[in-house]
Amino acid sequence: MTLMSSSPRPFFSLAGLRHGARAALPAFPGFILFAMAFGTAAAQKGLTLLQAMGVSAFVYAGASQMVGLEVWQRAWTPTTILTLVTVTAVVNSRMILLGATLQPWLRYEPVPRSALNLFLITEASWLIGTRYHSEGGRDVGVLLGAGLILWLVWQIATVVGFFTGALVPEPKRFGLDLVMPIFFSVMLVPLWKGPRPALPWLVAGLVSYVTYSLVPGYGYIVAGALAGVVAGMLIE
Amino acid sequence: MSAWSTFIASPWGAALAIAAMALITFLCRISGVLLMSRLRITPRIERGLRALPGSIILATILPTALDSGWPALTALGAAVAVMATTRIDVLGLAAGLGTLAVIRALL
Repeated sequence: MTLMSSSPRPFFSLAGLRHGARAALPAFPGFILFAMAFGTAAAQKGLTLLQAMGVSAFVYAGASQMVGLEVWQRAWTPTTILTLVTVTAVVNSRMILLGATLQPWLRYEPVPRSALNLFLITEASWLIGTRYHSEGGRDVGVLLGAGLILWLVWQIATVVGFFTGALVPEPKRFGLDLVMPIFFSVMLVPLWKGPRPALPWLVAGLVSYVTYSLVPGYGYIVAGALAGVVAGMLIE
Repeated sequence: MSAWSTFIASPWGAALAIAAMALITFLCRISGVLLMSRLRITPRIERGLRALPGSIILATILPTALDSGWPALTALGAAVAVMATTRIDVLGLAAGLGTLAVIRALL
């Protein structure tokens, strides 16, 4: 049975928007913590509130926002901007893979709405959408609803973090440093279709871990995920 | 200094930096869809694509989880177990965070 041939054509509805916004709830804790941490770090780095909000609003990609702060300058030169763009591209290149898995779903969408939907894609909204899609849902509104609400949460938490940095409790004490990995592993469960289809996941995890141990930086996610794809292609 | 580098060095440079960062990130976000819409999907490619979501998740969390040691792995196990039995994501999340908090409190 393939997903693509047995399922109805994708569509878009406002009910889907609401459904997606509700389904995004489990991603809130991770988003709030991460965006607050970014707001705090941005304030410490000397960004103005407007600059911190601009990064969160238009870049809207947690890991790259943090890495961006590490190369942030008070006075920019063409070279430092090129450095910033390069590290951003490296950290966010994994998003190419998220988009690749969404293409069959977004195929019939009008271009402006797809552009907005993709602008709002994060791992979290992608996970929520992927779960919904793997359970047979085809309403693109769900993906957009999750993206919109999480974007809003991200903006608010950035501002809160910018002003209240010193007040944030030690995250490790409540297990909050692992909130995103825990959310990810929860969202893995609905994708489970038996051990055989999960074999490539194992390959992905192993290759990712080996890459992570040997090569500094964020390349391990892309390396592992691509290894999973290759394994999926090779296993009949 | 040319007018261009004067401009970049001014406070407007930060706006330019944010715009550049936003543009490259948006390109990352759309290029997967653009790429796949130009690719002919053979059965082999479809099998590979079907493995992609789970592969992305494992590739993302496994290094962090292994690095954080057995308390993290136990917490992830609890989260997955509760999610598998209840199918309620918020419960799975709470089980994972709760397990980790309890283990760390006892250590």
